[in-house]
Amino acid sequence: MIHSLFLINSSGDIFLEKHWKSVVSRSVCDYFFEAQERATEAENVPPVIPTPHHYLLSVYRHKIFFVAVIQTEVPPLFVIEFLHRVVDTFQDYFGVCSEPVIKDNVVVVYEVLEEMLDNGFPLATESNILKELIKPPTILRTVVNTITGSTNVGDQLPTGQLSVVPWRRTGVKYTNNEAYFDVIEEIDAIIDKSGSTVAAEIQGVIDACVKLTGMPDLTLSFMNPRLLDDVSFHPCVRFKRWESERILSFIPPDGNFRLLSYHVSAQNLVAIPVYVKHNISFRDSSSLGRFEITVGPKQTMGKTIEGVIVTSQMPRGVLNMSLTPSQGAHTFDPVTKMLSWDVGKINPQKLPSLKGTMSLQAGTSKPDENPTINLQFKIQQLAISGLKVNRLDMYGEKYKPFKGIKYMTKAGKFQVRT
Amino acid sequence: MTDSKYFTTTKKGEIFELKAELNSDKKEKKKEAVKKVIASMTVGKDVSALFPDVVNCMQTDNLELKKLVYLYLMNYAKSQPDMAIMAVNTFVKDCEDPNPLIRALAVRTMGCIRVDKITEYLCEPLRKCLKDEDPYVRKTAAVCVAKLHDINAQLVEDQGFLDTLKDLISDSNPMVVANAVAALSEIAESHPSSNLLDLNPQSINKLLTALNECTEWGQIFILDCLANYTPKDDREAQSICERVTPRLSHANSAVVLSAVKVLMKFMEMLSKDLDYYGTLLKKLAPPLVTLLSAEPELQYVALRNINLIVQKRPEILKHEMKVFFVKYNDPIYVKLEKLDIMIRLASQANIAQVLAELKEYATEVDVDFVRKAVRAIGRCAIKVEQSAERCVSTLLDLIQTKVNYVVQEAIVVIKDIFRKYPNKYESVIATLCENLDSLDEPEARAAMIWIVGEYAERIDNADELLESFLEGFHDESTQVQLQLLTAIVKLFLKKPTETQELVQQVLSLATQDSDNPDLRDRGYIYWRLLSTDPVAAKEVVLAEKPLISEETDLIEPTLLDELICYIGTLASVYHKPPSAFVEGGRGVVHKSLPPRTASSESTESPETAPAGAPPGEQPDVIPAQGDLLGDLLNLDLGPPVSGPPLTTSSVQMGAVDLLGGGLDSLIGDNNFGAPPAAAVPARVGAPIGSGLSDLFDLTSGVGTLSGSYVAPKAVWLPAMKAKGLEISGTFTRQVGSISMDLQLTNKALQVMTDFAIQFNRNSFGLAPAAPLQVHAPLSPNQTVEISLPLNTVGSVMKMEPLNNLQVAVKNNIDVFYFSTLYPLHVLFVEDGKMDRQMFLATWKDIPNENEAQFQIRDCPLNAETASSKLQSSNIFTIAKRNVEGQDMLYQSLKLTNGIWVLAELRIQPGNPSFTLSLKCRAPEVSQHVYQAYETILKN
Repeated sequence: MIHSLFLINSSGDIFLEKHWKSVVSRSVCDYFFEAQERATEAENVPPVIPTPHHYLLSVYRHKIFFVAVIQTEVPPLFVIEFLHRVVDTFQDYFGVCSEPVIKDNVVVVYEVLEEMLDNGFPLATESNILKELIKPPTILRTVVNTITGSTNVGDQLPTGQLSVVPWRRTGVKYTNNEAYFDVIEEIDAIIDKSGSTVAAEIQGVIDACVKLTGMPDLTLSFMNPRLLDDVSFHPCVRFKRWESERILSFIPPDGNFRLLSYHVSAQNLVAIPVYVKHNISFRDSSSLGRFEITVGPKQTMGKTIEGVIVTSQMPRGVLNMSLTPSQGAHTFDPVTKMLSWDVGKINPQKLPSLKGTMSLQAGTSKPDENPTINLQFKIQQLAISGLKVNRLDMYGEKYKPFKGIKYMTKAGKFQVRT
Repeated sequence: MTDSKYFTTTKKGEIFELKAELNSDKKEKKKEAVKKVIASMTVGKDVSALFPDVVNCMQTDNLELKKLVYLYLMNYAKSQPDMAIMAVNTFVKDCEDPNPLIRALAVRTMGCIRVDKITEYLCEPLRKCLKDEDPYVRKTAAVCVAKLHDINAQLVEDQGFLDTLKDLISDSNPMVVANAVAALSEIAESHPSSNLLDLNPQSINKLLTALNECTEWGQIFILDCLANYTPKDDREAQSICERVTPRLSHANSAVVLSAVKVLMKFMEMLSKDLDYYGTLLKKLAPPLVTLLSAEPELQYVALRNINLIVQKRPEILKHEMKVFFVKYNDPIYVKLEKLDIMIRLASQANIAQVLAELKEYATEVDVDFVRKAVRAIGRCAIKVEQSAERCVSTLLDLIQTKVNYVVQEAIVVIKDIFRKYPNKYESVIATLCENLDSLDEPEARAAMIWIVGEYAERIDNADELLESFLEGFHDESTQVQLQLLTAIVKLFLKKPTETQELVQQVLSLATQDSDNPDLRDRGYIYWRLLSTDPVAAKEVVLAEKPLISEETDLIEPTLLDELICYIGTLASVYHKPPSAFVEGGRGVVHKSLPPRTASSESTESPETAPAGAPPGEQPDVIPAQGDLLGDLLNLDLGPPVSGPPLTTSSVQMGAVDLLGGGLDSLIGDNNFGAPPAAAVPARVGAPIGSGLSDLFDLTSGVGTLSGSYVAPKAVWLPAMKAKGLEISGTFTRQVGSISMDLQLTNKALQVMTDFAIQFNRNSFGLAPAAPLQVHAPLSPNQTVEISLPLNTVGSVMKMEPLNNLQVAVKNNIDVFYFSTLYPLHVLFVEDGKMDRQMFLATWKDIPNENEAQFQIRDCPLNAETASSKLQSSNIFTIAKRNVEGQDMLYQSLKLTNGIWVLAELRIQPGNPSFTLSLKCRAPEVSQHVYQAYETILKN
């Protein structure tokens, strides 16, 4: 099982180590540093690194490497999933997960890690259980603790730990009972030079924020559940019910959680809400190239596209760019060669465009590669797959909760090749 | 007020200060001090000197302080074992605490103190906690057993904790079950032989029930444990699959992959005609696709596993090509894996899309990725024949970009395409030659030289091109040097007039100025070939090359099957069996896919072979080209027989000992030829009651000069496979000597002379005792009968099947290879009669697992005649008994290599089926002895 954990910042310092079994010398990380050196960018460090006596499995998030050390055959996905869970927990506890924050809360971090694993076996990874065992730090609590001398460690056995619904504690009370669901869809797409779709898929999630008193039992039904043929559920969802009736039936965890994630594959037609017209040419002889892109709406079901940001990694040969946008602001970093254009809202009457010239390194041949354009955008009140919630019912409790559903479509990895 | 302040005290005397604070009377100050100590420990500072002071803080009601002290203890107990004993009392006390959280915490911490002296004190509290009323304590205690086992395995066994742990598998609480399974799995890993997780249908049922209710991590443990179980039939496999499939929709990818492992493994047992089989296949695709939208690290592991799954069952993901398309901001390790899977999924249906993508990738920034993309195009061309043309033109487009590394990769793959489709795309050679100067990598240079040599007759200035490489001959890598040597020899053989000087130059460079033995050897061989027999040289150097295989990097099927059992583990990430990299001498149990077994009620199982069916009588045909070469080179060929053909340079035959065969003989003979492309089927021992055997029966009836049964001659080498020479034959044994009776027929139009024969090494060391004597030349349509005496003093190598014999026959036309099976009874020696007492003792002495039982059907003989028939083939009856109306014959025989076989033949009067039990110290011969019995008794 998981032997040890090292937290390493991007400059290669180990700033925290935790061992669940015997102590593994931190020199084992030298193999990681070697791999880090070989990889040009932090993202490219391979997640599984063998060393003579151990294996190092790592994830890279928030500019921190979380490196787990294992000694025997352990499912790597198990370790990687767990590491992501650790990061999520830190984020949940401290709001952000960064080196200074972890250092500021090192005792809590240590206590949490100790609770999450026992001898390398996961012990308590559900955030509501952890929070009962170790209370997350808040300014108020810190003040209270210093005055009264009490601690942020719970001295009761967390109730959820052993019940059949480990994700929910008993005795939850709210004055305002409310349940909100966000249907968020991300479009991953690759669009080729001519504007046709190479690959497109939708990654959807339903995130919930449920603040309901007692032990409510909810059912959520859809207008078109047929769309959901590839789903992953929160453990609270009763799978049998879904199999037979295509209804989500569950006792929700308290607070924020991800109810469901789904995937609408490339075989179903995926509507592409934007298009990009581009004309990028590096001329061979002269040291000036032309650059022009225009963004416009395509299949938006009448909704507005907002929050549009265009980024593109320009080839090394591009020295500088002199561009004028019709709206929004743009930047070009001559060192990283990153072009970024914050477009904002798209007005269908007046399409935003960015035009100008590029100065190229003189004397060298034109760049071999074509820049890929990366697009971010948001569309409110629309789930691009067409998924619609039919109704939400609550059983088991008497009060009438306030219910709300929100839809949103975003760009995931949305790439346009030029 | 944050914890970072604990990090700031780095000045000298820090330890001293902390010590004072730890011993302070104020609770608050104490706690702060412990926090500081923990913080220092976290960043790797040595605070072990404070051990006694920290332990003193342990007796407290404050849970947080207690936890902090426990943390400290776990870290430093090892370095201060004597001090750690001070803590034992508190642990024992805490294990009795009314608060289950404290009990659990105590038992948890106890196990983490890795000090031998302490462990003994912990057994009693642990035993109590394993039976605690609170499941939270029980589940913590279960893990503690695993911890303790890691420290002192013997203690855990002696104290009976393992049995208690096994009982916990039936616990009412699913979390306890999951932890017990996890603990047992971990213990079992260090004791592969122990049957800790002895699963039976009942325990499986309990695990499946717990699976639905435990945490996600528990589900992983349970699924991994289930994967080690082998269901008794397809019904059970199906019902387990049905209960596991809901896990495919779990949000935790490790759960999904473990479920995939169970399904992939158990699917092996399901019949393909089953509706459920199809349903299951369909259900597997979406979760695998979903894994690819997770974080990149998860994607990587998933992709490595998908790579295995695609090789095992390509049908699962054949429609999902697009999800493997590469995004430009994927990490490089994900890109490379996706590319690999794209090629595996490439087919005629999607090749256009794939090629367009690959071309796109070839213009990316990352060099490694671009190279692999170019290679991928080449692999597509070789894999999908219809796309070859498009691939070649794509590669040419890429060469036009003049990007150095793209050009080099393209040339390497074009070489392979030439190999696969000869005489089809040679028009592109001109374009390739233009880029000659830009090649600086050995592999690309070697590829280009190969192309120039291979197509020397079509390239006008081939000699100039090769000459230009020759200038820096000694600076080139070995690969290039070898290639250059061969290419120039090829060129010389094709255009001898203009290139004499060039070839002399390269030969002298290779043989005189080089330190590399491979290069020198190859140079000498070419030199002598060319100087003595240019025709032979031509046949050798310009011989036809074996076909290039379509999928060069497929995992070998047995390894693949093993790896399928390890889906989701490190083994699957490295595509190596765990035995190849797991630490230490732990005997790793090899896992294998379960065989398909149908339940007795099931009617649909046509594929199930009856157990113990005899292997087919068809003798082994000499198999694939690669094996053939290997086998032939093992032949110990004497001077009159020509040696194996030299391979052309395009096949890198690293280990071939070219000189070992005797160079002189190679050069002295002019009968070179390529090995036969297909092997020759041969039949032996076909049960035909022909006149010949009757004749022999007559002679054997005369008296003691008996010989054993002789099968009729069968055709071993048909004329069409051997340029007109037909060979049929059989094996005989007469008065202690074995011979091979051959009938050679010349069906060609020319006279055959100069016959010779050789055997490959074989299981019993059979070898010709005299040369093959064919006195007069064999004229067309003439047949000659020869009896070739054999002995058993040749060199021995175990063959598969055991009685396989590979033979090479040479005549003035060519060398021919065939293989045949000899009946084992020719090896039964005359002094095979064992003493009675001896027989009894030996029978008892041979372990029962060496006993094999066979049925001989349709044999209408009585005990007398059977016994005498067998006797003539040197199977001796030692005793005869009559038990309950059945005749029992006890028999013995001895093989030429001294192996004794004992037999018990049970004959029931009136029943034509005999039962034969064989006992032998070398049980692998039993099968063949049985066949010999059957052949003798039925003829």
